[in-house]
Amino acid sequence: MSRIQNTIVGSARKIIGWVPADWLPGGKPDDLIERRVSLGSQMSRVDGENKVRGAARFAAETPMEGLLYAAFVHSTIARGRIVGFSLTKARTAPGVALIMTHENAPRMAPPPPISITNPKAAGNSTLPVMQNAEVHWNGQIIAVVLAETQEQADAAAALVVPNYETATARTDYDAAKAIVSTPDTLMIEKNHLAIGDATKGLASAAVSVDAIYRTPWQWHNPIELHATTVRWDGDNLTVYDANQMIHGTMSSLTAVFSLAKNQVRVISPFVGGAFGAKGLWNHQILAIAAAKLAKRPVRIMMTRAGVYRATGGRSPTEQRVALGADASGRLEAIIHNGYSVKPGHSVCDEAFSLTARSLYRSRTFDIVQHVVELDTVANTFMRAPGEAPGSFAIECAMDELAHAAGIDPIELRRINEPEKDPTHGNAFSQRGLLKAYEIGAARFGWDERSPTPAIRRDGGWRVGMGCATGSFPYLRMAGMSVRLTLSDDGKAIIASGAHEMGMGTTTVQRQHAADRLGLDPADVDVQIGDSDLPFATMAGGSSQTASLASAIMSASEKFATEMLRLAGNDTPLAGLRPRDVVLVNGGFAKIDEPDRFESYTSILRRARRSEISVVGESPAPLELLKFSMHSHSAIFAEVRISDVTGEIRVSRLLGSFDCGHILNPKTATSQFKGGMIMGIGMALSEEALFDARSGRIMNASLSDYHVPVHLDVPEIDVIWTGIPDPRAPLGARGIGEIGITGVAAAIANAVFNATGKRVRELPITLDKLL
Amino acid sequence: MIPFAYHRAGSTAEALELARSGARFLGGGTNLVDLMRQNVEAHSEIIDVSKLPATIVETDEGGLKIDAAVRNGDLAAHPVVRARYPVLARALLTGASAQIRNMATVGGNILQRTRCAYFYDVEGARCNKRRPGEGCDARGGFNRYHAILGGSADCIAVHPSDMCVALAALDATVRLRGQNGERSVPLAAFHRLPGDQPDLETVLETGELITGVELAPMSKGSRSTYRKVRDRSSYAFALVSVAAVLKVDDGRVTEARIALGGVAPKPWRAGRAEAALIGQPALAERFRAAAEAELEASEPLPGNAFKVELAKRTITAVLGDLLETRA
Repeated sequence: MSRIQNTIVGSARKIIGWVPADWLPGGKPDDLIERRVSLGSQMSRVDGENKVRGAARFAAETPMEGLLYAAFVHSTIARGRIVGFSLTKARTAPGVALIMTHENAPRMAPPPPISITNPKAAGNSTLPVMQNAEVHWNGQIIAVVLAETQEQADAAAALVVPNYETATARTDYDAAKAIVSTPDTLMIEKNHLAIGDATKGLASAAVSVDAIYRTPWQWHNPIELHATTVRWDGDNLTVYDANQMIHGTMSSLTAVFSLAKNQVRVISPFVGGAFGAKGLWNHQILAIAAAKLAKRPVRIMMTRAGVYRATGGRSPTEQRVALGADASGRLEAIIHNGYSVKPGHSVCDEAFSLTARSLYRSRTFDIVQHVVELDTVANTFMRAPGEAPGSFAIECAMDELAHAAGIDPIELRRINEPEKDPTHGNAFSQRGLLKAYEIGAARFGWDERSPTPAIRRDGGWRVGMGCATGSFPYLRMAGMSVRLTLSDDGKAIIASGAHEMGMGTTTVQRQHAADRLGLDPADVDVQIGDSDLPFATMAGGSSQTASLASAIMSASEKFATEMLRLAGNDTPLAGLRPRDVVLVNGGFAKIDEPDRFESYTSILRRARRSEISVVGESPAPLELLKFSMHSHSAIFAEVRISDVTGEIRVSRLLGSFDCGHILNPKTATSQFKGGMIMGIGMALSEEALFDARSGRIMNASLSDYHVPVHLDVPEIDVIWTGIPDPRAPLGARGIGEIGITGVAAAIANAVFNATGKRVRELPITLDKLL
Repeated sequence: MIPFAYHRAGSTAEALELARSGARFLGGGTNLVDLMRQNVEAHSEIIDVSKLPATIVETDEGGLKIDAAVRNGDLAAHPVVRARYPVLARALLTGASAQIRNMATVGGNILQRTRCAYFYDVEGARCNKRRPGEGCDARGGFNRYHAILGGSADCIAVHPSDMCVALAALDATVRLRGQNGERSVPLAAFHRLPGDQPDLETVLETGELITGVELAPMSKGSRSTYRKVRDRSSYAFALVSVAAVLKVDDGRVTEARIALGGVAPKPWRAGRAEAALIGQPALAERFRAAAEAELEASEPLPGNAFKVELAKRTITAVLGDLLETRA
């Protein structure tokens, strides 16, 4: 299957290479790149007021009559079988309505796995849910208790006593590394990439570095816990969920419960942070099954510990990066290989080895990654999957090479800036990495950095500066769709089952649709968050904005066609085709004769129509096969390290981004900063402590798993090149994930600059610097 | 959480009366409620003593009498504490968050229980403190936050309170009241070392209530401070913390009271370091030698071996800072 995919993608790239660029989506640059009215302005989030007032209802706040509350019992062994439960105490506890285990759970099909080729699935664990006595990881949900109140459910769940037959579990990484597998593909790329003989290239290089970098398990901690409120009405199911893949979840649920598409509705108007965590996991399936058995609506809001036990985190990685360069710093070899963890039931590779394929030119490459199988909860996507740990390894190695070669780290990147994609040879759609470095270095004061490490001091603190490249691929999903409805009062509604996790989807698409249709933003309403709305692809891979933009573009083309047809001949627009007009001032005007104008309202009223409604869909992203499309950043960090204790403080942080046009500086800055703060956590403190003896995470709480606190976060400076990408709708590439990439490396490089010590294992805790 | 009965005591006498049945006292709830929610502790009856008197009174000699129900936040903000006992104010302010400090009480904080992850993991881990005799999963597991001093084969959990470290250095006494009347215990003798009974954490007897803490006046010319070293800038428990009171006359140390946090099952009074300092010249190398003397007895584990050097450095630096402040 995967090898077939390699062949297909390889052939498609070849064929599309022959197709003229202007035949492909984005072939003709979006005219909104030049014509921005609301786009580019600092509109505040349209959902902001409701959130501040507490009026925005999240999944666990949905009011529902006759609700039962669920609590979960999690396994405490990593592998084995349940040989029965002692349930008497729990059953007779106050308020208990139902206890569900594999012994009485309804029959359900295994959830279909999410994949790049199947947007109609969500969730990346393929195991059947509570269908047998098997335990596959420590923390698996093995019983559901329903009670009249949450407190009663929690109390009763603590009284459930499972009896196990324990089997040998694979929980020791080093032992499991003896047997690894090597996938054929990573996303749409061939896993093993070899260009030239990199081993020879490395051996004959004038300067080289070769080291192992490690990143630990990291866990999602969105402030809103995973939650769902579900109700059956006969055979129809409604699920109010905290979700970033609404349609995928809906489709998966139809498969699990053998229902038709029109029998399941997933609603998720607001999500309190997701970052990859909020797809379909066992908790929704179990809540739905329990609601079916109890014949009552059910709510589950997972505990923080439950999130660590039964939803996935980011796999640890162990990466070897070897770089060789000639005396002038030109790369002769890039070798990047290593391991990530993936249990057999997960479909998510932590694709750290994609990063180096497009960043720098090199005469030779050898890149491949392997899978270590452990008995854990299915690992999953976490902000900038692959790229976050991958950029740590590659960008630390570049810094090491710069130091070894005696070249300024930015200069080394300049020397190795490729003219076209260095591995598959396609042209870049737009690439301004060096520009990002240039403006970032000037603003940050890079020239104050001492090229010799361990020189600068400030009282009892050693001071250092570091930089690193961040990158994230551009992705636009096929099949994202919107319904555009314009009524005779001149107001438009854009509707799609898309997602608002707090990043500003509704705000930015309101700005976009206003500019696209020539309306005032106040006259555009964006409706999202419901699977009854037109099909939406997931909010993942930083793809949602571009995909929605593409769908709205397509809808507006249909809208223009239909409206001009409705306008008929008794109009100043008579005889004009869509390509002859511009959508402006609430109507159509001939491009070169703006006086030939008629408003939408006038056209609709004349046609005796109260409204017009069209559906637009994002076409297949063939431009991704023709062009190399990536966002980039240059991250700059200054750190201070205590002489006495080794404590590390990030004293300054700057992100200089090259992501195409920025659509809303306010929401974009917030998103960049959020990513960079996660990068500080990744660099300095975040690690889920996986106890190899039990396979259990030992710091499953916000007090013990250290995300950055306010005091860890300095003033963060965010700037951008703002150069539009002519191949992307609105000239904009996604910005959701790139913020985290490069940050850990920039901080690690600054630590080296301050101390002369390389820490290649995250997080960089003070004991590593004593 | 298991259902329980809740009483609010209107007076100390009422609290003691209610406690006859073996009920547990509740202060601000910032620790006990957590423990109950996690099923680490289960109590059928809770007596809320947070509404008992909460005054801070200066004694004639210039010390302080602090009621047990005083909130940590209020104690840290008290002008006398800020002026005369900076070690205590700083220790309090490095603990928890502002919201938690506004709830937590002095009495409750003295009884704060360890944050050992294995102690908290009721379902998934073994802990001799929770279930005596079942074994300790921390010793062979993640023990970065565990003891290098005073631990035992059965338990290496550390006492997490910052306030108590300062109180130990200040030679605070804890006032207790029980069915048999009142008594006072030095804070440094209030907590027990685990030995083979890690479930016994203090000398508090059943039904006995902490009613207050007393601080002796600071000697003239002494300086005090607190330094906490941790894995993030705020809202994290100490890897190592040092509370110190130092007095130097004519270049010689005449008073040295040092306590360590994050390294031992109780607020650790560093007697060996103190003994190595008294009467000695106040010099950095003497400070380092005193720290070395204290840590000589340390028994580190793979996950916390770095704390030996970290503690030495922090002690040395804190004493050095106090010396500098004085000059």
